[in-house]
Amino acid sequence: MRTKHLTSSFGISALAGLAMGAMASFAMPAQAADDTIKVGILHSLSGTMAISETTLKDVMLMLIDDQNKKGGLLGKKLEPVVVDPASNWPLFAEKARELISKDKVSAVFGCWTSVSRKSVLPVFEELNNILFYPVQYEGEESSRNVFYTGAAPNQQAIPAVDYLMQKEKVQRWVLAGTDYVYPRTTNKILEAYLKSKGVKPEDIMINYTPFGHSDWQSIVADIKKFGSAGKKTAVVSTINGDANVPFYKELGNQGVKAQDIPVVAFSVGEEELAGIDTKPLLGHLAAWNYFQSVETPANAEFIKEWKAFTKNDKRVTNDPMEAHYIGFNMWVKAVEAAGTTDPDKVIDAMVGVAVPNLTGGYSAMLPNHHITKPVLIGEVQENGQFDVVSKTSGLVPGDEWSDYLPDSKDLIADWRKPMSCGNFNVKTGKCGGKGS
Amino acid sequence: MRRALRWLMAVCVVVATSTAVYAADLRPLVQALGSGGYSGTEKALVQLSEAGDPAAVPVIEALQAGDLYVRKADGTVVIARKAGDAFTLTDPLTRAALGDAPAAAVEKIRINNSLRRAISASLGALTLMSSDAGVRRSAADAVFKSRDASALETLTAAIAKEQDKGVRAAMEQARAAILLTGEAASKMTDAEIQAATDTLTARGDRDALVLLNMVAGSGASDTTKRSAAAAVSTLEQKLAFWAALQNLWYGLSLGSVLLLAAIGLAVTFGVMGVINMAHGEMVMIGAYTTFLVQEFFRAHAPGLFDLSILVALPAAFLVSGGVGIVIERSVIRWLYGRPLETLLATWGLSLALQQAVRSIFGPTNREVGAPSWMSGAFELGGLTITYGRLWIVIFAFAVFAALLVALKRTWFGLSIRAVTQNRPMANAMGIRTARVDALTFGLGSGIAGLAGVALSQIDNVSPNLGQGYILDSFMVVVFGGVGNLWGTLVGALTLGTMNKFLEPYAGAVLGKILVLIFIILFIQRRPRGLFALKGRAVEV
Repeated sequence: MRTKHLTSSFGISALAGLAMGAMASFAMPAQAADDTIKVGILHSLSGTMAISETTLKDVMLMLIDDQNKKGGLLGKKLEPVVVDPASNWPLFAEKARELISKDKVSAVFGCWTSVSRKSVLPVFEELNNILFYPVQYEGEESSRNVFYTGAAPNQQAIPAVDYLMQKEKVQRWVLAGTDYVYPRTTNKILEAYLKSKGVKPEDIMINYTPFGHSDWQSIVADIKKFGSAGKKTAVVSTINGDANVPFYKELGNQGVKAQDIPVVAFSVGEEELAGIDTKPLLGHLAAWNYFQSVETPANAEFIKEWKAFTKNDKRVTNDPMEAHYIGFNMWVKAVEAAGTTDPDKVIDAMVGVAVPNLTGGYSAMLPNHHITKPVLIGEVQENGQFDVVSKTSGLVPGDEWSDYLPDSKDLIADWRKPMSCGNFNVKTGKCGGKGS
Repeated sequence: MRRALRWLMAVCVVVATSTAVYAADLRPLVQALGSGGYSGTEKALVQLSEAGDPAAVPVIEALQAGDLYVRKADGTVVIARKAGDAFTLTDPLTRAALGDAPAAAVEKIRINNSLRRAISASLGALTLMSSDAGVRRSAADAVFKSRDASALETLTAAIAKEQDKGVRAAMEQARAAILLTGEAASKMTDAEIQAATDTLTARGDRDALVLLNMVAGSGASDTTKRSAAAAVSTLEQKLAFWAALQNLWYGLSLGSVLLLAAIGLAVTFGVMGVINMAHGEMVMIGAYTTFLVQEFFRAHAPGLFDLSILVALPAAFLVSGGVGIVIERSVIRWLYGRPLETLLATWGLSLALQQAVRSIFGPTNREVGAPSWMSGAFELGGLTITYGRLWIVIFAFAVFAALLVALKRTWFGLSIRAVTQNRPMANAMGIRTARVDALTFGLGSGIAGLAGVALSQIDNVSPNLGQGYILDSFMVVVFGGVGNLWGTLVGALTLGTMNKFLEPYAGAVLGKILVLIFIILFIQRRPRGLFALKGRAVEV
């Protein structure tokens, strides 16, 4: 009996050693040198999220490389420090700590899922560093140390619903999502918004599925059934990552056409469509702040550079990549303005910085650490790209605390002095409220 | 008599108007398609369709296919087809060749959903009089969907001269749809309304239900509403019956996917007793083999693409089986009889294999196309059955039968059973047990590879593919009874059906939890699963 225990514990430790060795090999060793500015890149390169996050690591390397070719920053070279949090949420916090304390990076670009962001948030606040978060998210958060360059719900979900309501005359809504914080919060906001627009509760169907759900037969059949009540129906999809491919395949198989029941997605971009035959999906929609198909000189240049950098003519660009493009350029500008990489000074210099985005305009950093963006609605084309069918006339400022949720509608965030507060309650006039 | 007279008049009107517009020149209307953005194109399209000239059909079809372009130099609307780097231009109306143009010289007329709807509606209205019965049929279906009141006259005329029964039924349904939802409803007699609702009830599908619901909730007269509401309840009863059958089919289909994923495990875990956490990765390797085979076909024989899946089957079996044999020889054979170590070692292997595939193929999904005979769906009564799922069900049962025959009827199967039941005795009888172990593990892995080919049709081909199935596979094998193939079959089908019947009521998340709770309780009662093995073999 004893030998058995011994051997089994030996097996475990051997395996653990193997696994750690494998992980360590992904982290690039950082050399200490005073003539470089270090930039942390905290994106999963293995595990379930690698599918989305690896691209963002590559785009950061490209942007840093580019900046170095232009002469670096403050006369120093930029040095990327890449770590692999392996789609493991607690590991995100550990790796963030390692980047800040051990590698002494000046800023970190990273995270994809909200849970990973929530996991690193206390680390950034404790060690006072800067995180640029490039993905559209559910809002209801504002931290002094985080800059949210992705879309808040009012920069993606609400304009998309407005488009369907006005242009497609949709009266019945299916809110379908993966069962975690982003879809749940977004759907809560959307439900409140739809009801405020006079949609009856029986005209809203909410459906959640587990991560990686692959058998969509009965849910698609349910959607068809819900759509046969004689009113124009649309699906608002917050289905995440891997589950999308089988979902769209099933839609195609069961003949749900965009002309009859359009699906508008918030997590499906060019990268996700790369794995599907898009012919049956013609006309389904996505709402983003950037599409690869946008025709501007800046975007053409970006795509050309990206294809050259990855040495792959088939690589596509997507919205979170643009968010990093904007975030990185903002950081560069703020560091130049502050004349130092000291996080406190850079954070103060960030608000009000405006840089060109890829859709032919400027994005500015707001006092709530969110940015202004245009909102674009695109229809899926046969070649896996999106055709922009609607674009907001102006820029939409990111709203961190939703106006449609009862416990956040009175909150605002303003990180300028003297307020310096992420959840100021305008009713009570005090800092502190939800999320404090 | 009155109706017949009205029809006659309608026919006269149609004949008169169609000859009148035949003379009209379509050119300015076609030209207008190219300006004013989406709304401009749509306006021109409606006018083009109202002109009623069949000569417009090829133009609208080109617009639908995305072949209609504007020549930038002079703003002429042309049909452009890609030929190499340039476009070959033709005149949309006369079909006269207009020479070549570089890609930069032309601009596509883009269409959105609302335009796509308008296109199907106008194509429907314009092709109702086509000489081809198939075209008339789809025209009738398009009009049914669009309920375009301007098509009513043409439709009535078309019904009068339609010879084909099926097409006429479709046309009458389309006519009923227009009459009930349009302004005409207020002028109709009760009998006419009843006839129209009856026509729709006879159609009996979800589209008819949509229409009837629309009528029942609209501002129509009380009689109309009453008759529609009655039809809705009849239809809903009928559809509820079909929905239950449909659920059964979904259950069968999910069950067969579970069966495919689990059946290889039933060999490695069930028969050999190896807790193989890397089983999911064998499935994944099978899916990637399919991808490679398809890439080969795409590059070298695009015409034979439909056969790629058939070639992928043996390829995936051999590749996954080969990897399985290597794993058995290098890792697992040292760990027989030590389940905990086997579990950890194979779990480590599964991570290593995933990362290896991620490094070679990249972390993003790979596209595996569906051959034409696996795409689309057909209707069976009120059931919608997709070809892809149907083939997977058939394939799962075929693999099951083949494995059963291999284990029960061949010498190889006999030696597998002998070795797993009594290793020393089998050895003494001259069976090379080590070789049988390797081949058995290879067989289980190869079958997992076959599952990968099937799963590549319905799921992501990504390095994470296997992870989604490993838990379900173990659940099926344990539930069915370790060591019993029939148990795996019954277990997979039971769990699949249960899941699908719970899903509509409890939701996908809670449904899955309920199934897990059920299995936990079941295993408490019957620790050896549904079909427990009896006899001495159990004790080994």
